[in-house]
Amino acid sequence: MSSRSSSSRSSARLGRSIALHLFLTPLALIWLFPLWMMVIFSTMPDRGIFSPSIELLPHGNFLDNVTNLQRGTNFIGAIGISVSVAVTYTFLSVLLTSMAGWALARYQFFGKGIVAAIILGTITLPYAVVLIPQFIMVARDFKLANTWVALIVPPLFNSLGVLFMRQAFSMMPHELFDAARVEGVKEWRIFLFVALPLARPMLAALAIILFLASWNNYLWPLLINSKPGAMTAPVALGTLIGLTKVSWGGIMAGAVLLTAPMLVVFVLLQRHFIAGIAAGAIK
Amino acid sequence: MRYQNATAYRFLAPYLLIFSIFWLWPIIDSFLISFQATRTVPWRFAPGFNWGRLIGDPAFFNALKNTLLILVIQVPVMITLAIVMAVLLNSPLLKARGLFRFAFFAPVVVGEVAYSAVFRLMFNLDYGIINKLLNSVGLPSIDWFSNVTPAMAVIMIAVTWRWAGYNAIILLAGLQSIPQDVYEAATLDRVSKVKQFFYITLPLLKPIIVFCAVLSIIGTMQLFTEPFLITERGGPGGGTETLGLLLYRQGFRSLNFGYASAIAYTMAGLAIAISLVQLWLTREPK
Repeated sequence: MSSRSSSSRSSARLGRSIALHLFLTPLALIWLFPLWMMVIFSTMPDRGIFSPSIELLPHGNFLDNVTNLQRGTNFIGAIGISVSVAVTYTFLSVLLTSMAGWALARYQFFGKGIVAAIILGTITLPYAVVLIPQFIMVARDFKLANTWVALIVPPLFNSLGVLFMRQAFSMMPHELFDAARVEGVKEWRIFLFVALPLARPMLAALAIILFLASWNNYLWPLLINSKPGAMTAPVALGTLIGLTKVSWGGIMAGAVLLTAPMLVVFVLLQRHFIAGIAAGAIK
Repeated sequence: MRYQNATAYRFLAPYLLIFSIFWLWPIIDSFLISFQATRTVPWRFAPGFNWGRLIGDPAFFNALKNTLLILVIQVPVMITLAIVMAVLLNSPLLKARGLFRFAFFAPVVVGEVAYSAVFRLMFNLDYGIINKLLNSVGLPSIDWFSNVTPAMAVIMIAVTWRWAGYNAIILLAGLQSIPQDVYEAATLDRVSKVKQFFYITLPLLKPIIVFCAVLSIIGTMQLFTEPFLITERGGPGGGTETLGLLLYRQGFRSLNFGYASAIAYTMAGLAIAISLVQLWLTREPK
């Protein structure tokens, strides 16, 4: 009796397991399909992309497509700009948001409630509200259009990063910091040499998310750095989409060059990645 | 605890400086610009100029209608899908978990331009893989980009593909924070898995679902790149033009900053209303 019920339970388990995989596998394949097609298109000559046959396997035309792309727009140069901007932005943004998060987690100060309210309030505020004055200010008043500064500095304000770091610091034992203070260690040294090293996993998660955001950022770089030599890689690629005489194999090769490094980072650092997003570190 | 104003503000200074210059002032300035006629030199104060135009502008109502239509259909579909993904990825019965996670989470790292290009090519009328696959099972081709309804569908499909996994990550973290013994107790009491989902999982997950929904609504409300690149500047004939695209067109093509600011503030108003609804939905029961 008892063995029969346990075997029926385990066969019910098996049935549920099969149903689960039967449902999830096609869904996963559908989800991978656009990425797969991106890779396939990037390896095909244009006459292959625009032919009536169904092609689902890679060809050997990737390097030719990259050459075509490079001829149409200096894509390698644009990638250079994107990388430099993303690295600088990530470093500065991690520093700024951790400093702010540290202040909110560690000190009692006049106006703390207001600062916290600002940070929470701006999370749900559409970026559109600041876009136009930001553009007028940076392009006309500061005359910084088509510079790296324009790409790096305005996006440095990031409220979710501050909340993330505040959370990280407030979970640390404060006795540790207080002990250092009693020893006469200055606050900025406690921050740099005690708190930041302890927060390393959170800093990694934040850095990955911020790097990705900068790497993929489109609207602001499209507006502010529209001169050919100053474009970031997504903007340069975007200018080709919609042109009539353009190599789609080249565009797809560009899409792969933009996406593949991030996929590798994602696979290698999945844990940090997911931790960063799960904390709502950025949208 | 003693106050440490000087130390605290030294740490906050760079951040608050960036905030003041690039957010606080623009928020105010944008409001002021919306009351000015900006196509004359110099700009002049004309309180009803842009707002008056807004309430009588068919292009604005078209963009508002399209944006709300995408919101109302795409966000619920995507959130439902994200919940399904998260719950199933969390199942102890799942094999090859890493592969499934990769499949659903990978779109999170794909940039807007890259995926817009792929979707545009996949849905091409004559040579797109989607129509080829439809034909191969005997269905007729769909002219995705010449008609409004299929063009809207492509945008919604693309956005859902890009963001469902992102929301699933947040929801999965929420699921994993639900204590396991709640489910064990329910299983002992012979509560079915389906009932457990509706009576335990969903209620405990509600604040996170609402959070995801609000972020998605605010993100979708500002939708710009997809109608800009996939449906070619909001085509066919403005049929997929969103508020974000209208703002871009008015602000940065026609250089009509005043009118674009009025559009931006309309979007902010919608966002504030949605945030208030969120606060109300997740309020502590009295």
